[in-house]
Amino acid sequence: MTREEQRRRRAKSIAIAVLLAGLAALFYLITIVKMSGAGA
Amino acid sequence: MEHRQVAWELKAAGAGVSEVRDYWALLKPNVMSLVVFSAAVGMFLAPGGLHPLLMAVTILCVAVAAGAAAAINNGYDADIDCLMARTRRRPTATGRIGPQDALAFGVTLAVMSVMVMGLALNWVAAALLALTVAFYVFVYTIWLKRRTPQNIVIGGAAGAFPPMIGWAAVTGEVGIAAIALFLIIFAWTPPHFWALSLYRREDYARVGVPMLPVVAGVERTRAHILAYTAVLLPISLLPWGLGVAGNAYALAALVLGAGFLGHAVRLWRERSERAAMRTFRYSIVYLFGLLSALAVDKALSLVGLGW
Repeated sequence: MTREEQRRRRAKSIAIAVLLAGLAALFYLITIVKMSGAGA
Repeated sequence: MEHRQVAWELKAAGAGVSEVRDYWALLKPNVMSLVVFSAAVGMFLAPGGLHPLLMAVTILCVAVAAGAAAAINNGYDADIDCLMARTRRRPTATGRIGPQDALAFGVTLAVMSVMVMGLALNWVAAALLALTVAFYVFVYTIWLKRRTPQNIVIGGAAGAFPPMIGWAAVTGEVGIAAIALFLIIFAWTPPHFWALSLYRREDYARVGVPMLPVVAGVERTRAHILAYTAVLLPISLLPWGLGVAGNAYALAALVLGAGFLGHAVRLWRERSERAAMRTFRYSIVYLFGLLSALAVDKALSLVGLGW
């Protein structure tokens, strides 16, 4: 794998990590809202 | 089976060259705005309230699902997209992302958005969201697009679901007003898309997609655009007739509809590609305007200024 390919793969891995962290945070917030009884 | 060969070659060419922004482009964020806006208006019009976070989740799910549908569509259509001027820069058309990768990306996002919608909001909204993606992928992209000039008439239903999804996210059901919103976008899609296909008809002809101007000719397409625009006008007054929107909306719908009809009449008489382009552009302004009018009308009635 060339340096350029490694850079691209790394950027994609970071993007996936950020998305997963965001999803975890989203689930946490949804749970809080639901438990507070404000959810539909 | 020629397109499968092309697709296979694209897949081989695309290995390893994609970047994060290619995947972002695959979601067609510019097309997403109208979809997201219509879902937001559906949510705003629905009776009852929703926690702001859950509203944001609804918008996010609709946006992601719309992007997912676009990604799957691009993956499936890579063989023809690379031959059309309008679409040849799509990451799947240039080979930066392989068709299989686009499909996997789209299916993953679609499943996730439907699950989140179901868990956070309700399963009626989630089912409608799943139906929307399935309709766009299976009915429009795979079944109708390459087979019949009615492709965008029937396939347009996929684009008409989002306000219904917004409504269902709040109420947990599909109300008559939500159906009215569905009908408006359903009737709006054919003249909108046919106007585009009028000045892109050579593209569609080259790849054998039977868009109306390719199959029935430019003349009949113009007549169709005029007829559908005329039908759209009374349909756009449905929210007013059903009591969902007030006189302020009705007035806006009449003015915007008259503008759309004016464009359609001019296109019918002028027969120029410039008129087709203008009609296409106006159709986008029209729908944004109509949805905004619905939202403003509701806001006015909420503060006691309903008219």
